[in-house]
Amino acid sequence: MGERLIELKEVKKSYGSVFAVGGVNMHVDRGEVVGLIGDNGAGKSTLIKILSGVVRPTTGEILVRGAVAQGWSAGKSRAAGIETVFQDRALAVQQTIVRNIFMGREITTVFGMLDVEKQRSEAERLMREIGFTSKVFSPDSIVGQLSGGERQGVAIARAIYNKADLIILDEPTTALSLTETEKVFRFVRNVRESGRSILFIGHNIHHVFDIAERFIVLDRGRVALEITKDAVKSADRLIAFMEHVAHPNGPNPLADVLAQNGAA
Amino acid sequence: MTDTPDNRSIEQSWARRFVLANRASIGTMAVFVVMMILFFIGNPAVFSDYRIYYSVLTTLPVAIFVVVPMVFLVTVGEIDLSFPAVMALGAWVFALSAQAGIDPFVSLVLGLGVGVLMGAAIGMIVVYGGLSSLVATLGLSFLIRGAILIATGGKSIAMLSLKDTVAYKILSGTLFGFPVQMLWATLFVVISVFLYNRHRFGARVHCVGDNPDSAAQMGIDTRAVRVYTFVFMGLGAGLAGIFSTMINFTWWPTAGDSYLLPTLAAVFVGGTPTWGGIGTVVGGTIGAVIVSFIQVGIVSAGLDGFYVQFFNGLIIILALLGHRWNQIRYR
Repeated sequence: MGERLIELKEVKKSYGSVFAVGGVNMHVDRGEVVGLIGDNGAGKSTLIKILSGVVRPTTGEILVRGAVAQGWSAGKSRAAGIETVFQDRALAVQQTIVRNIFMGREITTVFGMLDVEKQRSEAERLMREIGFTSKVFSPDSIVGQLSGGERQGVAIARAIYNKADLIILDEPTTALSLTETEKVFRFVRNVRESGRSILFIGHNIHHVFDIAERFIVLDRGRVALEITKDAVKSADRLIAFMEHVAHPNGPNPLADVLAQNGAA
Repeated sequence: MTDTPDNRSIEQSWARRFVLANRASIGTMAVFVVMMILFFIGNPAVFSDYRIYYSVLTTLPVAIFVVVPMVFLVTVGEIDLSFPAVMALGAWVFALSAQAGIDPFVSLVLGLGVGVLMGAAIGMIVVYGGLSSLVATLGLSFLIRGAILIATGGKSIAMLSLKDTVAYKILSGTLFGFPVQMLWATLFVVISVFLYNRHRFGARVHCVGDNPDSAAQMGIDTRAVRVYTFVFMGLGAGLAGIFSTMINFTWWPTAGDSYLLPTLAAVFVGGTPTWGGIGTVVGGTIGAVIVSFIQVGIVSAGLDGFYVQFFNGLIIILALLGHRWNQIRYR
């Protein structure tokens, strides 16, 4: 594996007396696709918000390329080459596709004037790059006029602009049709081939298993398991483990692997 | 990303795209034209005389200086009811300074500076205090106005000496029978249109007003954007107060009071919706023209002064219904 892009050390986030994330250690290296799974309330969303800088951890360290990040924020996260496609897509639906793609990162000329032509041509290029072209809309179309899948396309186009090193995809296939889901998968494979990293969050374990090569299972704010695809061997075994985490009243289905690794 | 064809189309002519992109301001323009035709029919003699236009254009700039920043504020999802008090405060500093013999241009800068500082203070109280701008600026309006009344004992300042200064001639004199302040107001509108549509600040105002959470997730400092919008409102209020004082040669402690409701009416009649995220500076400007003409128009058209409020209300409601029908709200 390549360079360590981002690493969390003992990261905790509490809301009042409730810990949403209670001491997580995890990392993503260059060029790998990591699947983050866990039940509702496991802390996935909070962890993504921490990585994308929207939420600051209560305690713990965030290391970007080995260096401790100070004053972590959404702007710093983007500047560090981390782009997030949020579950709600984080789009301003009354604005054009162009304005959404360049939200918070406008291309300007002198005195902060927008380079309208360049933004438009870059938006067109990005949409072509992810196979997101159509006769029915242009970069100047209002996002509110687009379908769910098309909106997801805008969110993804925004994430790949600037050649981000790590793209976080939070439930990217939720509420999408089969063809649209297939398009998202094709996009993930393209990104992986270009040598960039992906953190893929999903409810559907079969989807996550297909895409990722390493898995992190969250349970009640902690990492319950970290395992490679080679070790876990099948999606069914991963699902069995998750059922074991939720209702631990039998033998651990991954006991053999865990014993080998000596990990918990 | 759907593969199925649908009936939406971008194969439209340039003209059609222009109309769709500017539907709100074009609608406002239509309201204005219809209104003026009705006034003209009501009293052709008055409305074919340039003097009525001169009289409206003399005070219209004051309205424009506050309507345009209000469009920005409504777009970013806020509102400011305290701008009339800031108008009075900025103009007061201008009047005191000019009265003390300081050059009117320097006095102007001082007055605007106070407007900007007040805008920043109001913005920070609302944004960092996490307050509703509607209620907070209502309170601040009383607070600032009250402070001015306490400090002045309600006394006005006469400024007749301004009339012979170079500053007066350049800022609000008459050029070829045309009020010069209208040129400054036009320049203000042109710069604001660019700021709103073609500048990073305007783009962020739109995004923050449309979806503040998304804007924050994309690394935009949403609080700073909101505060800067209040600062722009303070600048506009300072300009409006100072021009109003120059035009009347008098500063009143109640200056600006009569601008509150007409300004809000102009913004919404102009086609900027209340919910934030979108708006139109040009529409707001035309809205200011409409509101200014309603007052003189109704009286000149031969109706009793008692009709002014009634027709004011009628035109506002009809314009809002028109915009509601003309605009789609995307969620």
